[in-house]
Amino acid sequence: MLKEGQVRIPSGCAVSGMINKAGKRMSGEDIIKSIAVMHDRSNGLGGGFAAYGIYPEYSDYYAFHVFYDSITAKRECEEFIERHFDIINLSKIPTRKIKEVTDEPLIWRYFVTPLPTKLADSQLDEREFTAKCVFRVNTRIDGAYVFSSGKNMGVFKAVGFPEDVGRFYRLEDYEGWCFTAHGRYPTNTPGWWGGAHPFALLDYSVVHNGEISSYDANRRSIEMFGYKCTLQTDTEVITYIIDYLHRKQGLTFEEIASVVAAPFWQTIKRMPQEDRETHEYLRTMFAEQLITGPFSIMVGFEGGLMALNDRLKLRSMVVGEKDDMVYISSEEAAIRIIQPNLDKVWAPKGGQPVIVRLERGHWR
Amino acid sequence: MKIYPEYEIMRNYDKCINCRACENQCANEAHEFLADANKLVCDDTKCVNCHRCSALCPTRAIKIVKSGNTYKENTNWSNKTLNEIYKQAESGGVLLSGMGNPENFPVYFDKILLNASQVTNPSIDPLREPMESKIHLGARPKKAERGADGKIKNNLTPQLSLSMPVMFSAMSYGSISYNAHESLARASAELGILYNTGEGGLHEDFYKYGENTIVQVASGRFGVHKTYLNSGAAIEIKMGQGAKPGIGGHLPGTKIVGDISATRMIPEGTDAISPAPHHDIYSIEDLRQLIYSLKEVTDYTKPVIVKIAAVHNVAAIASGIARSGADIIAIDGFRGGTGAAPTRIRDNVGIPIELALACVDQRLRDEGIRNNVSVVVGGSIRSSSDVVKAVALGADCCYIGSGALAALGCHLCRTCHHGKCNWGIATQIPELTKRLNPELGHKRLVNLMNAWKHEITEMMGGMGINSIESLKGNRLMLRGVGLNEKELGILGIKHAGE
Repeated sequence: MLKEGQVRIPSGCAVSGMINKAGKRMSGEDIIKSIAVMHDRSNGLGGGFAAYGIYPEYSDYYAFHVFYDSITAKRECEEFIERHFDIINLSKIPTRKIKEVTDEPLIWRYFVTPLPTKLADSQLDEREFTAKCVFRVNTRIDGAYVFSSGKNMGVFKAVGFPEDVGRFYRLEDYEGWCFTAHGRYPTNTPGWWGGAHPFALLDYSVVHNGEISSYDANRRSIEMFGYKCTLQTDTEVITYIIDYLHRKQGLTFEEIASVVAAPFWQTIKRMPQEDRETHEYLRTMFAEQLITGPFSIMVGFEGGLMALNDRLKLRSMVVGEKDDMVYISSEEAAIRIIQPNLDKVWAPKGGQPVIVRLERGHWR
Repeated sequence: MKIYPEYEIMRNYDKCINCRACENQCANEAHEFLADANKLVCDDTKCVNCHRCSALCPTRAIKIVKSGNTYKENTNWSNKTLNEIYKQAESGGVLLSGMGNPENFPVYFDKILLNASQVTNPSIDPLREPMESKIHLGARPKKAERGADGKIKNNLTPQLSLSMPVMFSAMSYGSISYNAHESLARASAELGILYNTGEGGLHEDFYKYGENTIVQVASGRFGVHKTYLNSGAAIEIKMGQGAKPGIGGHLPGTKIVGDISATRMIPEGTDAISPAPHHDIYSIEDLRQLIYSLKEVTDYTKPVIVKIAAVHNVAAIASGIARSGADIIAIDGFRGGTGAAPTRIRDNVGIPIELALACVDQRLRDEGIRNNVSVVVGGSIRSSSDVVKAVALGADCCYIGSGALAALGCHLCRTCHHGKCNWGIATQIPELTKRLNPELGHKRLVNLMNAWKHEITEMMGGMGINSIESLKGNRLMLRGVGLNEKELGILGIKHAGE
């Protein structure tokens, strides 16, 4: 049987997320509770979390979370990291032995910063340099896989039900201002840890429920810009699209939403002139980054969270608000379990982005 | 040596009412009324099998059948091969043919199947949900820009906007009739797509359809002047044609009459001979100069298309063109039609459009320059499913030539070069051209394209795709059947069952 990445595996899913706009940090306990409610939306073949604001003491350093299949892979990868980065700290990621999660790889964490000489030689900016190094490890070093590479954030994922994965990684011991969670329902997979979600690059992380029909159009287009889709999953290609549009093209998240879940031409035609011209431009310029087919995604980024549905809203997504907290989930029940008294509950329309930003100064 | 005709006219005298419609309709004079015998007879040797008589016979008394008269069976020396030898031995001339390559080469479109949604994502019903077939053609810059006010700036070069990924391909005024041109122009305007003048200039009556017109500049430069170049929405430089890669064109003097001579700016009755190469383009850097000359003369307001025939190193050629200022590359496959071509060239030169498209699209992506240009493909796009497959392989748009002519009545008898087209299309004889009524002709083209658009959106909806952009280059939606590893590799698709 082919491993994930060698074959494309469609999957259904559950997603949940929470963010404190004031930047107040909270433990990972609630997000586990929330995703656990939607147990039936996953089938035990993948679960994971992204947590923002969890490494304040290392907030200037890239936090690499890495899976290793073997000691050899670890040695090779560490040699590579050492050649390109200053390693400020490294350790195993603490886990708890539970019977629901087995066959774990070696899971390590590194806080790093690019070596100034290497960075200067590369003629790249720091983020591009780091992203390139992550791709190098993931495509060239057999048995090593960097699955998280942002600053002051981290991804925790495994094969298993998400609530078990949360307990496995001791998520309750972390404190962050934003969490997203994912439970996976792949139609078939030999179950590889790297294939679980969230998928992340630098500080961008994506959880996604859906199966996009534009996949290969998106993949073949984004690969032209130096990305390599090694997993053949929707989430991976969506992450790269967001990285490309935000980091490389300098679009705002509002504009990104207008590209990936573009308004229909018939809607654009009715817009006031300035809006119309902007949307016509975005759709023409970034036609290949339009995503069709069902999706509900949550994108974590440095300083905020965006939730977005496909333009026909073919997947469920509910938003709940209470004071400084915003909750987003596939099902309302998953919000109510952690916050029964909401100020407001609503379902965003297809293609209507929900963008929550932290108040200034809180994002690291 | 007399050659026995390939097709025979069968008249059912029980049905024939001696109305003489067949006789009137046949410009080849295959039918004759014998007054003495009060009987219509036919001469099979004059029949080109255009089906005009059989289609118009009110009692369906006529059918054209393949002759059973054959030489001794021989898979190596076929009837056709022998007859061609007899003809050439008689005349000493080059064999000529019209329309596209009819020989038995693989049609890859027929060996590719489409995907549809089941369970894990929903198909979309085009009758209930918006379904988008609108496309843009043109170059795109590498990076978005913002103005001083922080707003996104429109830094796109001129784009063509089409309601569906289809255009009518180049067929010159002269090779086809005024009425055929009018039909194409009016249909394009009604459909929101474009047609192409071909290399014979543009009749002044049709300047009003400029927004829907691509004006062509070919090696003969017939009818090319500043007003002409500025009258269309885009300019196409014709470097090659799928039906006859490597050679020029020849419109016989008999077709250079009246307005055609004026439009082409050559004297009446002279042969219009386009040279094989452009004599100001012997290399890629020369092409760049012509592209920019044309942009200068039109003040950079129109995209420039470079049309090439699909030949063996088409990917490298396309890559060169994509770096030379062209906004759109049109590739014409070896099955593409023509008004006249040497038979040996038509049937033996060039490669299938499916393979050319797949390798060009991939090559441009590998080099990171796919967005420098749009890619238009032609050379036997026969149906809406061919369009869908071409787009999924990576095309932005398709050129339709033979299919459009068929909508106007063409029965692919492949004798356009005789100039006596009974359907009023590939002829300049007034009695024949008036048979094509542009009022009805343009409507038939509109019908055909609207039908295809319905089918395209049905197929897209089945795949869960509601915008044509998401189909473009989406090769996972394709599977091959009965193709070998190499073919699958070039097409960049998997085999059915994989």
